[in-house]
Amino acid sequence: MEIVKQPWPWYIAGPLIGLVVPALLLIGNKSFGISSSLRHICSACLPAKLPYFNYNWRKESWNLFFVTGIALGGFIAAFFLSNPTPVAISSSTVTDLKAIGITDFSHLMPADIFSFDQLFTLKGLVFMILGGFMVGFGTRYAGGCTSGHAIMGLSNLQWPSLIATLSFMVGGFAMTWFIFPYLFKLF
Amino acid sequence: MGKELNEQEEFVIEHPIECESPNELHTSERFIGNLKYLVIGILFGIVFVKAEIISWFRIQEMFRLQSFHMYGIIGSAVVVGIISIFLIKKLNIKTLSGEKVVFHDKTFNKGQIIGGLIFGLGWALTGACPGPLFAQIGAGFPVIAITLLSAIVGTWVYGYFRDKLPH
Repeated sequence: MEIVKQPWPWYIAGPLIGLVVPALLLIGNKSFGISSSLRHICSACLPAKLPYFNYNWRKESWNLFFVTGIALGGFIAAFFLSNPTPVAISSSTVTDLKAIGITDFSHLMPADIFSFDQLFTLKGLVFMILGGFMVGFGTRYAGGCTSGHAIMGLSNLQWPSLIATLSFMVGGFAMTWFIFPYLFKLF
Repeated sequence: MGKELNEQEEFVIEHPIECESPNELHTSERFIGNLKYLVIGILFGIVFVKAEIISWFRIQEMFRLQSFHMYGIIGSAVVVGIISIFLIKKLNIKTLSGEKVVFHDKTFNKGQIIGGLIFGLGWALTGACPGPLFAQIGAGFPVIAITLLSAIVGTWVYGYFRDKLPH
């Protein structure tokens, strides 16, 4: 139990995530992908006669069960299997983040940004609302996210998925290296 | 919900056009059958939290190239995925219900670059791709439900403007 409560190293977590690919294929002939769930939610709740959302989402509802499971798994791990120590990120990351104004390192997410108190500030608007919008819009535009392209697509040796994955990384580097320094000056 | 509905009549399209993670199982799965995917999701969510993949700090560390952790996770996941798919194809392994496993080739379009860049920018902001958003909510950050809602709106807006966007 003590081992379970420790943070898991990459060489345990990575292969376990990789095994989701054959698990979904062999259990139910399903290609791994998560961002599609957002599309199914649109299709179920607000199709608005758009052809893009007019399909039999019930046939794809396995994906909604899957993401519900992810939320439940997150709950179980955080409340029953969690380690009490802060995330052991490298000291250089801590130094860098302190320099741009992050003060809370005690949980998985910094309360400086991700809390209800911040939601209606400019910071909350940019990180939670705009950030979320870009994740939803961008993944659908790209035709997949880290799971559908970087894991499923690369596993199936699809070169468009490699281009998508590289684009994800370039976007992330650009935000972190070039935009963050200016962004954090606003708050 | 939906027991008395005839699903074939209500909707025109069986599969979404270019659905990126389609269900190819011919055998129909009812609510109970779908619970399998709930269980896989639970295990997946536990890995997400235990390996700190859902941490905004870990994503920052990755984009700042200050740790191997996230690269090791994605890299080893892909290696296991490549080997698995190779074996499924090579040995012609069937699904549990005996069906042939269906793979889909991705076709290139400009969206993978433009959309990919937009997602990447958002990924560094939220510290989460779509999967971790769900796990973060469960892991005690209910405010992320707003981020998820915003992601759903983003998806909808893409669907609305799809024909006008370069692909």
